[in-house]
Amino acid sequence: MSAETEPVKAIVTPTRLEYEFTAAGTHADFLARIAEGKLLGSRCSECGMVYVPARGSCPRCGVAIEERCDVSDKGTVTTYCVVRVPSENIDLKLPYVCAHILLDGANIPFFALIQECEAEDVRIGMRVEAVWAPKEEWGATFENIRYFRPSGEKDVPVEQLGDWV
Amino acid sequence: MSDSSGGASFTASHVLEYDYRRSVGPVLGRFFTALREKRLVGIRAADGRVLVPPAEADPNTGAALDEFVDVGPGGSVASWAWVHQPRPVHPLDRPFAYALVRLDGADTGLLHLVDAGEEARMSTGMRVTPRWRAERSGAIGDIECFVPEDAK
Repeated sequence: MSAETEPVKAIVTPTRLEYEFTAAGTHADFLARIAEGKLLGSRCSECGMVYVPARGSCPRCGVAIEERCDVSDKGTVTTYCVVRVPSENIDLKLPYVCAHILLDGANIPFFALIQECEAEDVRIGMRVEAVWAPKEEWGATFENIRYFRPSGEKDVPVEQLGDWV
Repeated sequence: MSDSSGGASFTASHVLEYDYRRSVGPVLGRFFTALREKRLVGIRAADGRVLVPPAEADPNTGAALDEFVDVGPGGSVASWAWVHQPRPVHPLDRPFAYALVRLDGADTGLLHLVDAGEEARMSTGMRVTPRWRAERSGAIGDIECFVPEDAK
């Protein structure tokens, strides 16, 4: 049967939401800082935890956070996911790896893409570094960091990753 | 965009979009197949009422339903709301009404649009008839809209 005579079995319903997001407060501070090639965190005055991206309050202590601090663009993989399924709008060679990276100086992992290594070589404790876009392309956006890649440093032993694994 | 912190704010446009593909099953499948053929079908419930769009199960007893009934194509407006300023996502680019249309032979209202030109032409109980698209795919949009019967 042709498409014109076959019974209808499915319908396609498009869903679309357009919106404007305005960053303010700590979000804006983070974006302003990443435009300068730095990753801004915030340190809780009660427990000392450093959150990145910077946030305005501590979810553990429930207090406002005033102190800002830059954290490193190098870190350690705490967990990761190997993506083997293509997506229409993601133009990456499969399989690729998304990881939680505990940046040096931070106490909460940062979500990022890992490239420049085989998916099967990624492991918990692996040391990675940010690969930045050319400076002339920088804006107030996460896209300044293209991805993370292995830094070649020695792995961090899993037991040193504490609560993050 | 400011490049220094301290009260700076940043605004970006975001689009969240995906196509959702839904299996319609044999009953709604028949409704959509009929639309492609410029026909409207409902289904008879246990109490004799004709439901449009057709339901797989009786709303009162839950029993499976299978007696399809041709309805329409004309009908009357059971209730309506005028959209003064259509937004880009709306199906028409001019003011229109969303309406529950009780098709001839049906006992329930079908939600659709009425392209009446102006709000003053809308009234509860008014007669309307579908304006079919030339290209039909077996979807509710095969009816572009309903129009007042006297404007046909």
